[in-house]
Amino acid sequence: MNEVKIGLEVHVQLVNLRTKLFCSCSSDYRGKPPNVNVCPVCTGLPGSMPSLNKKAVEEALKIAILLNAQPYPVSYFFRKSYFYPDLPKNFQITQYDKAGGYPLAHDGSLKLTSGKVVRIERIHLEEDPGRIVYEGSRATARYSLIDYNRSGIALVEIVTAPDMSSAEEARDFVERLTQGLEDIGMNIKEFEGALRVDVNVSYAGGERVEIKNITGASSVEKAVIYEVFRQKTLYEKGIRVERETRAWDEKRRITISSRSKEFEEEYRYMPEPDLPPIVISESLIERIKDEIKGSYEQRYESLLKDGINEELARKISSNRELYRIYELISSEDSSLKDVAASVLANELSYLMKRDSIERLPDDVSGLVKILMNYDRLPDHSTVVEHLRKWIRGEEVVIKTAVPEAEDLKKEIEEIVRENYSRIKDLEYNKKFEYLMGILIRKYGKERKKALVSALAEILSEMK
Amino acid sequence: MNLKGRSFLTILRDVERGSISPDDVNEYYYRNALALNNTINAYITLIKPQQSSSDGPLRGIGIAVKDNISTRGIRTTCASRMLENYVPPYDATAVERLKNNGGSILGKTNMDEFAMGSSGENSAFGPTRNPINTDYVPGGSSSGSAAAVAAEMAPIALGSDTGGSIRAPASFTGTVGFKPSYGAVSRYGLIAYANSLEVIGVISKTVKDAELLFKMIAGRDLRDSTSFNVDLTSRDVGRPRILVLRSFVRMADERVQKVFYDSISKLERAGFIFDYLDEFREIDYVLSSYYTIACAEASTNLSRYDGIRYGPRLDVAGNWRSYIEAARGFFGSEVKARIMMGTFILSAGYYETYYLKALQIRKEIRAEFERIMKGYDAVYIPTMPVLPWKIGEGIRDPKMAYAADVLTVLPNLTGSPAISIPVGKSGEFFVGGQFIGLRGDDMKIISIASEAENALEVVRHE
Repeated sequence: MNEVKIGLEVHVQLVNLRTKLFCSCSSDYRGKPPNVNVCPVCTGLPGSMPSLNKKAVEEALKIAILLNAQPYPVSYFFRKSYFYPDLPKNFQITQYDKAGGYPLAHDGSLKLTSGKVVRIERIHLEEDPGRIVYEGSRATARYSLIDYNRSGIALVEIVTAPDMSSAEEARDFVERLTQGLEDIGMNIKEFEGALRVDVNVSYAGGERVEIKNITGASSVEKAVIYEVFRQKTLYEKGIRVERETRAWDEKRRITISSRSKEFEEEYRYMPEPDLPPIVISESLIERIKDEIKGSYEQRYESLLKDGINEELARKISSNRELYRIYELISSEDSSLKDVAASVLANELSYLMKRDSIERLPDDVSGLVKILMNYDRLPDHSTVVEHLRKWIRGEEVVIKTAVPEAEDLKKEIEEIVRENYSRIKDLEYNKKFEYLMGILIRKYGKERKKALVSALAEILSEMK
Repeated sequence: MNLKGRSFLTILRDVERGSISPDDVNEYYYRNALALNNTINAYITLIKPQQSSSDGPLRGIGIAVKDNISTRGIRTTCASRMLENYVPPYDATAVERLKNNGGSILGKTNMDEFAMGSSGENSAFGPTRNPINTDYVPGGSSSGSAAAVAAEMAPIALGSDTGGSIRAPASFTGTVGFKPSYGAVSRYGLIAYANSLEVIGVISKTVKDAELLFKMIAGRDLRDSTSFNVDLTSRDVGRPRILVLRSFVRMADERVQKVFYDSISKLERAGFIFDYLDEFREIDYVLSSYYTIACAEASTNLSRYDGIRYGPRLDVAGNWRSYIEAARGFFGSEVKARIMMGTFILSAGYYETYYLKALQIRKEIRAEFERIMKGYDAVYIPTMPVLPWKIGEGIRDPKMAYAADVLTVLPNLTGSPAISIPVGKSGEFFVGGQFIGLRGDDMKIISIASEAENALEVVRHE
């Protein structure tokens, strides 16, 4: 049987963490000058010791629960030894499922678009190595440069069973996973290289070939297509496929042999003596479950019921804090729902990420003011600027030209006329309320008195 | 100013009273260190004292620090050519705490390279010599710290103890060596040899001196997840109940045994109560499980020395592999031997046979130790099975050198506090005896050792 078996090892950076896995260095390494976010721990200086970022365990648990995996109550960190210049200690702190070790979670699953279920064997936490950078191309560079800003970033590794049988399925797995991560508030798409995949491919029961370090779902698909083609060609010529590790060359769209794997690599795993075991209690699991799964779906459903479109609903429900604010606003003034959804999903969510804001103020009066005046704010950056003031607790002042009384009346008449067909059959009070809603949004609460008298005048004239 | 024989505590008291100044104290030890270092070789780096302006309890007095404990801005070599020019950008937590108490650093002391050795001979900077007789070893690996205190080259010193590295040199130089409970002092900044066994401790003239410094450096540190807040309240034990492990005492040679049993008679007269236990079930595995765990951990700890981020700058043709291979030639032979043993132990197929088995044995040793300690305040055994040997003898016979650790490794396997004090003399040399307690009972062990020190009066300090 000429069947194709594909298994994936997906590395996901925990992009919501502000610090690294074992030290308090900032995890924001992209676009930074080399070797600025480093300390004795993440550069492996003599005498330094790791200490675990507890939030990383919670973030990793979210992924485990998303993938229906079972967390182990106690799991351990191990040292995986190999020499490589981007690995400052020449061992990586990771987890291991042999030699008395347990990973963070085991036996999960992910459903593909087709409905096929891919089994997840295990999920574990580990540290990212640094980056080797070449001036120009690798072949022509005179030096290898090493940037340790990435060293120590928290990674979750997800290992699947070899359950996929085509390049499309491999791509779909990565896409489903990315979507799932976004749904629980991990927007890895916005971070280059936050998801990296090692693909294992075997053809017709032949040796397993590993293709390392592929970024992005479509590259995974291309790499698998090429690799299946390569193995199939060899098979048909009667040449044995060697067990080896290959690299994906994005430019030439081929895989290239990087090292043969005749023997199991010798990683000399041993328990990390400087770190205590990770202990996961039932109550922690329950808390995390509550934080992501059930409540995500509930949030999403109730937003749809409110008439919010799917895209906005997804964005808001993936962040508990945004959803909380949405609920506050809609209970204060339900006419603001639509504009609130849009501002929360776009400008506010952007601002929270940009400034690493986790908690928003309970007093939303400033936000209400912004939403009411939204149409009159010239551009997104002005909206963001006002949002920032609100979050900082500063007074939100929106300056707009206030029309003269006579002009105001004309404008209001215009608005009433535009909406008249929709309200003409309503009783007076409803009519009045509906129009006031529109007017207040346009001119602001401060002008309420003037608006009420102007509107009353117009409506009585129209009778 | 002559402070010969003065304990650190009485010096601090006189400084407090104003009868001597901190600068006089620093001057005294610095002068001695300068004068004697050519012969004793206790210091790798000696620092000229600055005028003291500190009003913390240590008043700016310089303390000797073993050269595997990181000191910001002061090179920290581990007595290895690999780190000959390595200057840490940060202070170890223990050093930071000394500085917070007004302490300063007098110098960095010689040691066995990467703390691997029991004699002080395995140093890239040459062997440390025993101040009692410079043809003899001072014991190791904290050889320079012990020799400095014994030779009036430092008032007090920090050392580290992985398998006896504080107590062995204390025993050979007639000083007090205190190894706290595992985790009682933060290891952050201690250049790791065997993480699960070692701890920073004190070498001093008296038990009270050790207690003083220990209290300043002890306690939980967020940067060391294995550290904890050890109980630091003074404990009066009354008449201590002591258990002597005969099977360990029998490992010592006759001269050591004689002095040791003499000390028991004296202590009994002072009110100590002794019982004897003939068998300790796991005694045959104590040394082998210790070396298996230590070498395994060492082999990964020492992987980072590849010359890329710090260490020797080399001009090597070829790729990074050739560079790393060349750089790792800067390790001394004992270090290389232990890395190779550790690498072998962790290799596929041997991991279960050796490493996992050693961890299992350590568990059993811990359980056995807790069982025999029921009803007792401490265990009492000699510190070293032999008297100091001549420089060079240990290197000719490495198995003898390893066997010298047989009495000191037990507390490292059990995480116990252990303190070695001089308990008598044999010829020109001192014999050390150690009190060992349950993990966390540091103050109890200190209190017992202090009573023993007063009762035995082996070395008189003012």
